[in-house]
Amino acid sequence: MAYSKKVVDKFENTLENPQAFNVGRFDPKEENVGTGMVGAPACGDVMKLQIKCEPKGNTHIIKDVKFKTYGCGSAIASSSELVEMLIGKTLEEAKEIKNKEIVDALELPPIKIHCSVLAEDSIKQAIEDYESKQ
Amino acid sequence: MSTQSTIYLDYASTTPVDPRVASKMMQYLTPDGEFGNPASRSHRYGWKADDAVEEARSHVANLVNCDPREIVWTSGATEADNLAIKGVARFYKSKGNHIITSKIEHKAVLDPCRQLEREGYEVTYLDPNEGGVITAEAIKNAMQENTILVSVMHINNELGTLNNLEEIGKITREAGAFFHVDAAQSTGKVDIDLSKLPVDLMSFSAHKTYGPKGIGALFVRRKPRVRIEALIHGGGHERGMRSGTLPTHQIVGMGEAFKIAKEEMESDHLKIKAYHEQFLKEAMKIEHAYINGDLDNKVPNILNISFNFVEGESLIMGLKDIAVSSGSACTSASLEPSYVLRALGRKDELAHSSIRFSFGRFTSDEDIKNTLSILNKVVDRLRELSPLWEMHLDGIDLDTVKWNTH
Repeated sequence: MAYSKKVVDKFENTLENPQAFNVGRFDPKEENVGTGMVGAPACGDVMKLQIKCEPKGNTHIIKDVKFKTYGCGSAIASSSELVEMLIGKTLEEAKEIKNKEIVDALELPPIKIHCSVLAEDSIKQAIEDYESKQ
Repeated sequence: MSTQSTIYLDYASTTPVDPRVASKMMQYLTPDGEFGNPASRSHRYGWKADDAVEEARSHVANLVNCDPREIVWTSGATEADNLAIKGVARFYKSKGNHIITSKIEHKAVLDPCRQLEREGYEVTYLDPNEGGVITAEAIKNAMQENTILVSVMHINNELGTLNNLEEIGKITREAGAFFHVDAAQSTGKVDIDLSKLPVDLMSFSAHKTYGPKGIGALFVRRKPRVRIEALIHGGGHERGMRSGTLPTHQIVGMGEAFKIAKEEMESDHLKIKAYHEQFLKEAMKIEHAYINGDLDNKVPNILNISFNFVEGESLIMGLKDIAVSSGSACTSASLEPSYVLRALGRKDELAHSSIRFSFGRFTSDEDIKNTLSILNKVVDRLRELSPLWEMHLDGIDLDTVKWNTH
């Protein structure tokens, strides 16, 4: 397997210590929670990302994030990597995150780039869900 | 981490060379050994090497109860499959151009069949039943006037399921078609008696049976005679069926490995059967674990299990101290889940979740115990990470969910 040490470490750390790596769930019905779920079991990966935000000035800031991912090692590592990028960002900043940043951070092999695309989609969807509630 | 600290449960992929085999092979390489060319007729170096090759041929023939003159050395089972399928199809082209095989064959059978399709042959790819077995009835129904060859594997490499060669062979004999069997997974695992089996060609591999990689053999029946067109020309070795200088040390290795397989098949089997039972009992305590392939009709050295709601590649990565294979798409370059599991009619997500454990001669009690304990832990952790598991616990039927496919 052509995984970088970064993918392997990220995956193993997340698996060893899920709480510390923001694995978990928020109640999706709460008003300050946005949920995004992308992928399909038949394709081999499903990512669920939830953001908890609060208003700050004329925007909203991401206070906390939870995720769960079904998928290959790089899908799990990609979600975990994304989660770290999100905390403390405004929604505008979070929307700007591109899959390329995850690819670079984890040195994903070309065949696994779709995992980072999925991660990007999951945050977009979570923000959409959050904004629709405001 | 050295590979030695990793538990090896991937014997169906390859086996280590038995140390007894390796030490025998060493005697046929160096200046003080019998390094001669078996085709050299003019000096003792050649004669000695030729003797060793012929002795090895007898060991191979002896394991499967055929005449040594029916054994043709090849570079492995892949070449043997190619030689059998293309060899028969091309030689008997005037008799017909239809071939029957199955969807769960190894690529070494499927790809030569695809090639023959490009050359104008017609190929029928049969579905297995839900237990992973190709039935004689399915073969019978697929038979045509112009069928010249049926190629069906003995033991499926992913599932360990067994096909009934006797019944299939009866059908092919009645229909006047040749019957080729890929038996790469069979040697040393189950009895094969070619003096009784209605099989015309059979492929063997050394490295699945504690011999070296890079050597295999094709059984080509003499009575009733089967003829094949060679794939490799140059020198007329192996009665013209496979040219090229014989690799004495490899052949000696295969011979020794098959000799040991004959002597130790029963003790190997008893040990592995006990491991299989223990493993099965414990692994099935894990919720939503499913066996792939018919448990009542399989060899004990291969055990294929799907752990639902967990993806296979992540499971393999989680099982980092255990060497196993997965039917998951993500472990393959194609991103397609196992075609064998899909052919069984398994849902894609179960194909993605499958792990093949395969046990062997050097598996220990400790290996089994440690694997089971790690497996339990890792499946639990990955499920904690899995949104599908969460939905399942919430009572959501995943089949009714509308997914955002990408």
